Amino acid sequence: MKTTYREAMRAALRDAMQRDDRVFLMGEDVGRYGGSFAVSLGLLEEFGPERIRDTPLSESGFVGAGIGAALGGMRPIVEIMTVNFSLLALDQIINNAATLLHMSGGQFNVPIVIRMTTGAGRQLGAQHSHSLEGWYAHIPGLRILAPATLADARGMLWTSLQDPDPVLIFEHGSLYNVAGEIDDDAGAVDIAKAAVLRHGDALTLITYGGTLPMVLDAAEQLAGEGIEAEVIDLRSLRPLDEHTILDSVARTHRAEVVDEGWRSGSISAEITARIAEKAFYDLDAPVERVCSAEVPVPYAKHLEQAALPSVERIMAGARRAVGAGG
Amino acid sequence: MTGLKNQGVPDAGHALHLLRQMLRVRRLEEKCIELYSAAKIRGFLHVYIGEEAVAAGVMETLAPDDAVVATYREHGHALLRGVSAGAILAEMYGHAEGCCRGRGGSMHLFDAATRFYGGNAIVAGGLPLAVGLALADRMAGRQRVTVCFFGEGAVAEGEFHESMNLAALWQLPVLFCCENNLYAMGTALGRSESQTDIALKAAAYEIPAWAVDGMDVLAVEEAARRAVDAVRSGGGPHFLELRTYRFRAHSMFDPELYREKSEVAQWMERDPISLLQGAMEAAGQLPAEDWTALQADVEAEISTAVGFAENGTPEPVSELLRFVYSDRPDDGNGGTGNAEATGNPEATGKGRAAG
Amino acid sequence: MPSLGADMEHGKVVEWLVKPGDYIHKGDLVAAVDTDKTVMDIESFQEGVLAEFLVDIGDTVDVGTPIARITATPAEVPPPSKAPPPEPPPAPHPRAAGGLPEPGAKVPPPVRHLAHTLGVDVGRISGSGPGGEVTRADVERAAAPSVTGAPPRKEEEQPEARPTPAETRRVRSSPLARRLAAELGVDLQGIAGTGPGGAVTEDDVLSAVPPRGQPAAPVSAEKPAEAPPSEAAEPSEPAAPEHVEPQEAPRRGRREAGSKAESLRQAIGALMSRSKKDIPHYYLSTTLDLAAAMAWMQAANQQRPVSARLVPSALLLKATALAAKEVPDMNGFFAKGAFQPSSAVHLGVAVALRHGGLVAPALHDADTLTLDELMDQLRDLVARARAGRLQRAEMADPTITVTNLGDLGVESVYGVIYPPQVAMVGFGKVLEQPWAHNGMLGIRQAAIATLSADHRVSDGLRGGRFLGRIDELLQAPDRL
Repeated sequence: MKTTYREAMRAALRDAMQRDDRVFLMGEDVGRYGGSFAVSLGLLEEFGPERIRDTPLSESGFVGAGIGAALGGMRPIVEIMTVNFSLLALDQIINNAATLLHMSGGQFNVPIVIRMTTGAGRQLGAQHSHSLEGWYAHIPGLRILAPATLADARGMLWTSLQDPDPVLIFEHGSLYNVAGEIDDDAGAVDIAKAAVLRHGDALTLITYGGTLPMVLDAAEQLAGEGIEAEVIDLRSLRPLDEHTILDSVARTHRAEVVDEGWRSGSISAEITARIAEKAFYDLDAPVERVCSAEVPVPYAKHLEQAALPSVERIMAGARRAVGAGG
Repeated sequence: MTGLKNQGVPDAGHALHLLRQMLRVRRLEEKCIELYSAAKIRGFLHVYIGEEAVAAGVMETLAPDDAVVATYREHGHALLRGVSAGAILAEMYGHAEGCCRGRGGSMHLFDAATRFYGGNAIVAGGLPLAVGLALADRMAGRQRVTVCFFGEGAVAEGEFHESMNLAALWQLPVLFCCENNLYAMGTALGRSESQTDIALKAAAYEIPAWAVDGMDVLAVEEAARRAVDAVRSGGGPHFLELRTYRFRAHSMFDPELYREKSEVAQWMERDPISLLQGAMEAAGQLPAEDWTALQADVEAEISTAVGFAENGTPEPVSELLRFVYSDRPDDGNGGTGNAEATGNPEATGKGRAAG
Repeated sequence: MPSLGADMEHGKVVEWLVKPGDYIHKGDLVAAVDTDKTVMDIESFQEGVLAEFLVDIGDTVDVGTPIARITATPAEVPPPSKAPPPEPPPAPHPRAAGGLPEPGAKVPPPVRHLAHTLGVDVGRISGSGPGGEVTRADVERAAAPSVTGAPPRKEEEQPEARPTPAETRRVRSSPLARRLAAELGVDLQGIAGTGPGGAVTEDDVLSAVPPRGQPAAPVSAEKPAEAPPSEAAEPSEPAAPEHVEPQEAPRRGRREAGSKAESLRQAIGALMSRSKKDIPHYYLSTTLDLAAAMAWMQAANQQRPVSARLVPSALLLKATALAAKEVPDMNGFFAKGAFQPSSAVHLGVAVALRHGGLVAPALHDADTLTLDELMDQLRDLVARARAGRLQRAEMADPTITVTNLGDLGVESVYGVIYPPQVAMVGFGKVLEQPWAHNGMLGIRQAAIATLSADHRVSDGLRGGRFLGRIDELLQAPDRL
């Protein structure tokens, strides 16, 4: 079946709403407007304003209300327009969603799903373009997902709704228009494991979310140079599927981490540290990282592109890692 | 407002019950201070002494399946909602027998059985939760009320305004109870708000709001009953500003440089316990032996609770990582592998599949 | 002294708000106390008469110290002559107490570790690094003269491979290269690095040893001296001719092709020397009755195309793998002073290379393979071994190794254990032998199986059981 990332996400929402009447979608402009990225277009007509619930511009208020509704037995899906806006709801996400289970000694779990877009590349400037999912991955008590494929766009939501604890889903803005084939009966997928999307023995390319297509492209071109790269799509940033990473590095002895987040104190830093801690004696070259330049994402196209990971930078890093120049 | 004078109370039996409730809170917290000074309890300790009439009056009006969201000054709310003094003290001791198995402490008391949702130490952080709990009830068609306690300091937070707006916009069954004790830590209301009439702020969101004498437990109860009934019958959110005063310091380590001792003394003349006790005594509604027996009962309850907490056991350190994620048998990643299910009856279990 | 906050450790009484003889109510303020933060009034939790002060104004005491005594009635007040017991001075704060002397200079942890290893006191070294930082070279310089007089401090690590400090030169090398070099007994000092900044990489180490060269245990000198080490047995059919020369792996690419039998010989020598030095070998042998196995195999082969025929090695290997599974003391690694049994049986198979030398890659999970699978994998392994196309895992994974010199006419072979493995099984030629069976003398096919095993892990009883088990398993070949 042909679909796009956006349609797959919408199909997942519709499916969840149909299967469980505790599920509802809440967020800014999810209803009348059809979703700021048109993900929920048409759902208001199908499910009505109670379950496709437009909210005021009150991120902390409606995210907190989602947490409360989850405590009260519902299965809310809360949409935040971008990760930058989610900062207005940090108190609720981190001080409440992530802690209530623990503070209550296991009495109150919070089965909420919070979706938001992330990432740059569309000339939206510094307040709509950042990749802060790595920050959230710092927080115990949260699950952090980054669907990068159509199958995951279609399948991660339902699994997340079955999870008893808060799940944050980060959808990279550049992926919504990605088109391709998925199975007609595509459905729920696991949300705990990383996926090896390409096998190779020269080095391991580790990435997630918006940079996955770029990494797959780079791997294809590297193969033309005789460098067979293994590609890991992390899928989940917390918990991190360390096993898949270490297992691959033990075979390839080289790793390159590609992350649209900034380098300092990032998820790429975490992955690199884990490799250094747990696969040190498997390494035959320093771990390479391709991250965003440490500036707020600029508006001008050429500046924005220069700040972001690129196929060229990924390939150059790979060549350095295998000692093939570059 | 009725106003407690010396003409007695309409229902002496019920008043005696309220007196007992307030005294239970008072004695529990006096004991907390003592135990804190003896270093049995650590962390921050915020006591409610002086404000007991608020929790005692409001709790009286709730049904068992209503929900309560409170602040970090919530020992009294927890106790009067039905959490045992022993479980509260054991929690402060950091013991496994505590209501949160030592994970929460004084500021984070929770209890699923009585739908007591904390224990929130972020000022105004509990308001959106209360809105959400009410939203769940509304969407599920349940006739339940969520009561949310917060201090007057919370009205300066954005979350207060976002929550007022959401609750009013969606006409949710929530009762907001602002415990106005005049100081946000050391900052007096007049030094932090341009508009000090708090009820007026709620009214601006089209929420019915009253100011109530928070030292008069009967007045509190009467106002709360009216509001709770209105909320339960579909009248949308309601708001009470309960004017009260904290007799003790903000927390244990507070030299109270921000207020005059004379001001405290003045308020202590309106001690909610003495007020009710005095009114009843003057009208001959509180025989001395009843008062003595009441005090002895409460002392015994607290003493038993201290014994329970003292004899508690520390949670094993091997359980450290528990309750970060829900226990789930099939997952080696998120959960810690413990089989015990989480206690929230509403957040677990299968969905009502729509077919 | 009450605790007024979690961070309050002591307090100073600055004022008494009551005096001896006063009646104190619960909650009365009794004193003002200066904490580290501020001055606070403190209250009494007792009711009664203030009998005496136990501390003076200006005294600082720890939290929990009694500061006054309250009695139930005035009668309990002690006579005034009784002086208050002297308050012991506050215990010195642990942090103030003398601890370890600060080192004279900044010493990075790896350098500190090196100094510790070499028995050098870093406090006495003046650092030559930036900001007076003590460097590795400083430590080595300091260590050099004292080496003869003061041997390095005894450590848990095995000291045998450590060069004298004067020789220690940091070789820029990847962690994997260092691990490999240690495993192969190769000295990194002599290897030219081709990695970033001249770092020695995995490939550089492997080129220093011939490609993928990793010696299996050759025939040892103890027993059949006639077996030359480079002529290890070939367990099955010859490799495909196009792979005669070891091929460079396509990845990463620039390792020198071309095998150097000489350096492989050196590597084998180093490894075997290490094995014989560290591992207390013991040796057993038994004669296997192969009548049933050979008869079964011949019958089975009659129904198979030539390309799918079984060879005796397959049966021997399978029986060995099963026995290793059953006798775990033979299967695993001895590392860090302890035996770590392996739950999987990865059977190392010694394969002779055409240019000399041999390797012993693993048949993974050999105990779980059918004979046909085992044959297939054996063919593939031998072909790839000769083509230099083995994967690293195959080289590193064997948990026990087998050498079979039967095809060369050798009757018995006592191998040298491949460290960190703990056992080596040897098979000799299948011979027709006179054999007494049920009191009757007849001719049977038989072969000598030997075991070299590590005495730190097992002894003859276990070893004997292991060999016996191989023999038993071969009596029911249809179940292999």
